[in-house]
Amino acid sequence: MFSGFMQHAWEIATIVGVVAGVVGFFVVLRGSAFPAHAIPNGAFAGAAGANLIGVNPLVGLGVFSLIAALGIGSLGRRGRADVATALALVAMLALGAAFLSQSTEYEPEIFSLLFGEILGVSSSQILPVAVLGLVCVAAVAGLARPLMLTSIAPEIAAARGLRPHRVEMAFLVVLACATTMTVPVVGALLIFTLMIGPPAAARCFTDRPGRAMLGSVGIALITVWAAIACAFEMNWPVGFFVGTFSAVWYGAGRLYASRHRTRRPSTGLEHAAPTGSTVAV
Amino acid sequence: MHLLFEPGFFSSQPVHTAVVIGAVTAIVSAIVGLYTVMRSQSFAGHALTDVATTGGSGAYFFGFSALTGFIGGAVAGAGAMDLIGVQRVRSRDLATGIVLGVATGLAALFLYLDATKSNTTGATQQILFGSIFTIDPSTVPVIAVLSAATLMLVAVIHRPLLLTSVSPELASARGIASRTVGLLFMLALAVSVGLTSIAIGSILSTALLIGPAATALRVTRSIRGAMVAACTLGVVTTWLGILLAYDSDDWDRSSQGLPVSFFIVAIAFLLYLLSGLPAVQRRVGRRDDGVRRPPRSHHVGSPRGA
Repeated sequence: MFSGFMQHAWEIATIVGVVAGVVGFFVVLRGSAFPAHAIPNGAFAGAAGANLIGVNPLVGLGVFSLIAALGIGSLGRRGRADVATALALVAMLALGAAFLSQSTEYEPEIFSLLFGEILGVSSSQILPVAVLGLVCVAAVAGLARPLMLTSIAPEIAAARGLRPHRVEMAFLVVLACATTMTVPVVGALLIFTLMIGPPAAARCFTDRPGRAMLGSVGIALITVWAAIACAFEMNWPVGFFVGTFSAVWYGAGRLYASRHRTRRPSTGLEHAAPTGSTVAV
Repeated sequence: MHLLFEPGFFSSQPVHTAVVIGAVTAIVSAIVGLYTVMRSQSFAGHALTDVATTGGSGAYFFGFSALTGFIGGAVAGAGAMDLIGVQRVRSRDLATGIVLGVATGLAALFLYLDATKSNTTGATQQILFGSIFTIDPSTVPVIAVLSAATLMLVAVIHRPLLLTSVSPELASARGIASRTVGLLFMLALAVSVGLTSIAIGSILSTALLIGPAATALRVTRSIRGAMVAACTLGVVTTWLGILLAYDSDDWDRSSQGLPVSFFIVAIAFLLYLLSGLPAVQRRVGRRDDGVRRPPRSHHVGSPRGA
């Protein structure tokens, strides 16, 4: 389970878990789940297009996820944000469908782009993913304060001269970057799951941003590791386990929050993981 | 004539079915979509297509009918979203995201199991993208009946729904049970999305739900006007897309035609962009007794216009 090709899977999963935990924390905080779902789907279209014209799929992924991010950001500024995201998403998907109709691409490759093939990662994929992952984490670290302020205290952010739209655009670009690196290995649909479930669960366990982010990374890592182990043992898709474990974590978080948080808002948070949540591991 | 309609367009059975189903689904989507856009539930509207798809792939595995799977999946998904808190503005995004995450995980499993169970290829693509040209004509009556039922449900809750969408405070002041109304609307949304996902595919389901409705809300000032505009835009977009897709088979003999979803989405998207142009917005703004509407018009379907 830990030898040969599986070693790459563990390494990639760890990088992906950290990035999803960090970026996802802000996705949940800012209520950006829809863009976080839309951008990877747009990237999928890019991969299909790159395949069609014979370019490296990573280029297609990068270009299209960037287009999706910028499109969502600029359309959302002038109209309803969720409408803009929905329309950008279907536009990308329709382009993807058009690309697929013109290519001879066959089904398993579509499946792997959507659902990932983390168990088939090659050693040459690790370096680019690691570099892009570092870039994402560094960008989030740099943006952390403006991101926090514009989402939690818009008035203070405005008083400090922050422009919410620029911060939003920067964040969407970070999302695009995270997407480009993770879609080929975990798939367009799963990176989304990993960016929502673990951070949402972590926020149930604590109110403090620092702890919530650490918790988010921790839960994302446990989720993705456990998912790989189960996928290896049972030979079912990793995505199924990622989705199920994320939901179990979130359920455990809500349960914890309903039992503890209302009575003791600021104490007893050290035992972040209730015993019930070990079901997920 | 042949410049516009390629030979065989009017005599092709799949085209007949597509034209009828396209119009029915476009109208249901447009009406339900208006409320979806006004209530800022586009994400739920889109996510339910994926949830319905999961139901569809599950039904394929367990041997249920696909329609049961799609609609059952969407209704179950809507119920779960409601349970987590899709009704509250603050947790709406998250509730949708969590359900979507679980659904995609399940979809991964079902599609994998489907693939190992049967050797037929194309299931993934068919389930994920769907096609308006491959509808089984025998499902047309069922789709029509369910569409009518959805529209009736929306018609029954129309007034409270409008009020809770536009002004939640006013609605609660009048004693409207906004949670019940919201839940009934989620049910209508789920059935409509389940129907359109199986009939025209998940991409078009979202495109026709959001595109015409959002465009209509930008270019009209009353809810009636928006309804007429959204239905017209939806049907015209769909028919034009079907025509172009049919014709595109003959544009370039060397390759396959482009999918119908591509054309319909392209038209819907372009219309939305056009409706946001300052020139169009000015025209719309002047129409109503000289009062300009504010730049961000949340109030298109204000009670006054209802």
